[in-house]
Amino acid sequence: MTDSGIGWEVFEIMGVSLRVSLTATLLATLCSVPAGFLLAVSSFRGKRTVVTVVTTLMALPTVVVGLLVYILLSRSGPLGSLGILYTPAAMIVGQFILALPIITALTYTAVSSVDLRVRKTAESLGASPWQASWMVLKEGRLGIIAAIVAGFGRVIAEVGSAIMVGGNIRGYTRTMTTTITLETAKGNFALGLALGLILLVVALSINALVLSFLGRRS
Amino acid sequence: MITPWLGAVIGITNQIERNIMNLSLRRLLFVLSLAVFVSSGATMAADEKPVRLRMATTTSTDNSGLLEYLLPRFEEQNGIKVDVIAVGTGKALKLAERGDVDVILVHAPAAELALVEAGWVVNRRGVMVNDFLIVGPPADPAGLKRTKTLAAALSMLKENQGTFVSRGDDSGTHKKERALWLLVDGPPAGDRYRESGQGMEATLRIAHEKEAYTLTDRGTYLALRGKMELVSAFESDAALDNPYSIIVVNPARHRHAKYAEAMRLVSWITSQEGQDLIGAFRVEDEILFHPTAIPIQ
Repeated sequence: MTDSGIGWEVFEIMGVSLRVSLTATLLATLCSVPAGFLLAVSSFRGKRTVVTVVTTLMALPTVVVGLLVYILLSRSGPLGSLGILYTPAAMIVGQFILALPIITALTYTAVSSVDLRVRKTAESLGASPWQASWMVLKEGRLGIIAAIVAGFGRVIAEVGSAIMVGGNIRGYTRTMTTTITLETAKGNFALGLALGLILLVVALSINALVLSFLGRRS
Repeated sequence: MITPWLGAVIGITNQIERNIMNLSLRRLLFVLSLAVFVSSGATMAADEKPVRLRMATTTSTDNSGLLEYLLPRFEEQNGIKVDVIAVGTGKALKLAERGDVDVILVHAPAAELALVEAGWVVNRRGVMVNDFLIVGPPADPAGLKRTKTLAAALSMLKENQGTFVSRGDDSGTHKKERALWLLVDGPPAGDRYRESGQGMEATLRIAHEKEAYTLTDRGTYLALRGKMELVSAFESDAALDNPYSIIVVNPARHRHAKYAEAMRLVSWITSQEGQDLIGAFRVEDEILFHPTAIPIQ
């Protein structure tokens, strides 16, 4: 009974990991790609400061985010009435915050490196501002995709925030990384390592799948 | 000379490189959304929810396997899913006070009573008792095995050779340890006293690696005994009793708390059935917890 007969449970745990991290990445992408794009194409006072801040936030410790989200979502906190602490939703919030600065900063870099003439040419050919922006985004797609993949990599691998706001509840908020933490504490090093390998293989497969699917476009 | 497998790898990397050149954002978003959708479907079963009751408890009850053995029967009979959050007792009490859980199963009588007194929790019931023991390296540099009384053992730890690793995390075990040191006017001085700041398992591992002593609950020690060299250095003293109580969050203070469900858990765990199950639970053929809710006839 004390031995960790994890067995098939690993698929359920992997499912929680993927669902939480993919949702967080998707939501962060929807916010961060437009934000990074706007940051790159607009010019305003203090832009340099904003870029520095966003870049610095990439180093946000996961436990700090975990603590902030905990304080926010706790029943005695400002968003306590939502009642989502210790649910997958809380973990999504934490990972969303972790992914935001990474995707924003890397999107900013990617779009900034697109030649200005792309936009000008598109506009001179009669493209609307939206169409011209889309051209710029397409031109910078390699960097943007790298940004999203980096964001996903950060959140699927993090444990600090997931364990603090998820609570490592078996069959509910237990993810691959929180399981590894638990098994390591129990001294099941081999199992922990095996879970780490599985996580790596799954992340690799997802990246490979994404890339090959995207590549099929003629 | 390029071996076939290296050729294959180069082929794959070329393919990936070509693919990257043809990426489209729209497709990426589509793929991401699809992946989210599919993985949500995959874990949908976990989401069809019965009532979820949140219970904060100590790592000792969770990692000994007791709750995995006990709770499924309660869940089946009552249609209530118990979400177990395993933390130190200090944090469990804090979670109850903040209303982040509905019920707690903890082992720090003085701190529990203070929380009851303050009105944050109600209906405290004794559930079971196990005991603490001091474990240490087989060589026993402090000479604990030769002592007869707890006070003597503690002063040996304080005056003799050997290091003591403390939890240092305000858990129930840490609270107990601090109370014990009062018997000999404080813990060992200097670097013979270390705080791990981690759970019982991690602390036992640190003690094992550093060939040091530590205070542990019997359950966690038995669960890990096969993986480390620590042996019992001092045990069996009434002052080392470790009583566990179940306590419900006061619904008058936290209106969202699932009081009715929590009370069903309390009455089940203190019922004849729950108590018999606790008494029958064994790890490595040793009884871990002795039920206390019903006096033995």
